[in-house]
Amino acid sequence: MKMKRAKRIVVTVVILIVCYLLQCTIFGHLTLASIKPNLMLIVTASFGFMRDSREGMFVGFFSGLLMDIQFGNILGFYALIYLLIGFINGLFQHVYYDEDIKLPLALIAASEFLYGLIIYFLMFMLRSEFHFTYYLSHNIIPELIYTIVAALGIYPLILYLNHKLEAEEKRSASKFV
Amino acid sequence: MKKKNQTSSSNKYWLAGLSLFCILLMVLSLVSDKPEGPLKGIAGITVIPMQKGINQVGIWLGDISDNFDTLQDMKKENDRLQKKVDELITENNNLQEEKYELERLQELYKLDQNYADYKKTGAHVIGKDSGNWFSNFTIDKGSNDGIKVDMNVMAGSGLVGIVTKTGPTWSTVRSIIDDSSNVSGMALSTSDKCMVRGDLMLINDGRIRFEQMENNENKVQVGDQIVTSHISDKYLQGILIGYISEITVDSNNLTRSGYITPVVDFKNLQEVLVITTTKADLTGKEVK
Repeated sequence: MKMKRAKRIVVTVVILIVCYLLQCTIFGHLTLASIKPNLMLIVTASFGFMRDSREGMFVGFFSGLLMDIQFGNILGFYALIYLLIGFINGLFQHVYYDEDIKLPLALIAASEFLYGLIIYFLMFMLRSEFHFTYYLSHNIIPELIYTIVAALGIYPLILYLNHKLEAEEKRSASKFV
Repeated sequence: MKKKNQTSSSNKYWLAGLSLFCILLMVLSLVSDKPEGPLKGIAGITVIPMQKGINQVGIWLGDISDNFDTLQDMKKENDRLQKKVDELITENNNLQEEKYELERLQELYKLDQNYADYKKTGAHVIGKDSGNWFSNFTIDKGSNDGIKVDMNVMAGSGLVGIVTKTGPTWSTVRSIIDDSSNVSGMALSTSDKCMVRGDLMLINDGRIRFEQMENNENKVQVGDQIVTSHISDKYLQGILIGYISEITVDSNNLTRSGYITPVVDFKNLQEVLVITTTKADLTGKEVK
């Protein structure tokens, strides 16, 4: 059982780091209107509703921490935002089914919107930049759309990996019975 | 049911604990920059080496997506550039003339101040900000290579930004188009001071704003160079920021403001030059 647990942690960390690296490097060159998708949010949200609040929290915390270390001004700022997003997504675990793709996409979109709002309020409005409609139409909404498009590609991948891990965990659990 | 309640209540403890930890980190990093130290080291051995490699792939992909530009766009661009070349040739001729005149006058005055002679070291851009709100990027040199916070960063002949964070093998640079960036600049021709402010709204136009230039009898016009000013305590003097593309007198009639076209192409930054002297070194005092 411990092995399985370690394996899950390793796989999760690998997904996290790969997404972070893609986000900072390749997607930096594939921007549309200087907007790139938010892969870390996709990962955080999907671990939240696929597994539970706790895993969403941890994934969110570490992805936020990575950003804080490299790009943030204050350590722990992004970590807290992503942590909360992971937790909130975990609350929807009860109504989540693998076959349904509408709910995950809706949740990711909602998280992305929430994230955009939080960043705007904390990092821009407090510096008295009040053109909310501009930021909404040029940053928040485009990022949301691009993220959804990216989620169509990345979410099934995460789902597939999760399935495999869950199947293995079940098999080894039934062996003990 | 009971088990479920237990896990959800323990989740709440986790939530509270991790949130508190985040807040603690924030408070700590506001007070001092010590807590980041070990984390930076960890990032240096895990993420950074991979970023270096993958970024090559990114550059390649970026080239491919550039190739999708249609032929028509290219033709238009070509026409525009041809016009620009013609313009520049005439401008260059004028400048050549002026240069000779300047050399002659400089000799007369024995003026030999060249601010562009700062010592520099090259670095590669290996990663960009993970979000869309800010314009930071990481370079592949850090404190091990002698990079320090507040060092100015250039690309070609223009100012790119300032080092805000250093790890052992990497550093983060905030570019001057970033929304939270403020640079004290001045018009080269008249030495009128102004503030050059990055603005997220202008990033797509490839322009930056400048403000608070005194509205005096000095004529500052479109096309004039804006360089970093001598009163800035972080930026070295005389680094080219860009050319004025628009200038208007503010409604208060006391100041002028407008837009600058930067000389650096921030979209396709690949190599930058870090100036290894900071303003604090030159002025001999610790900047707080």
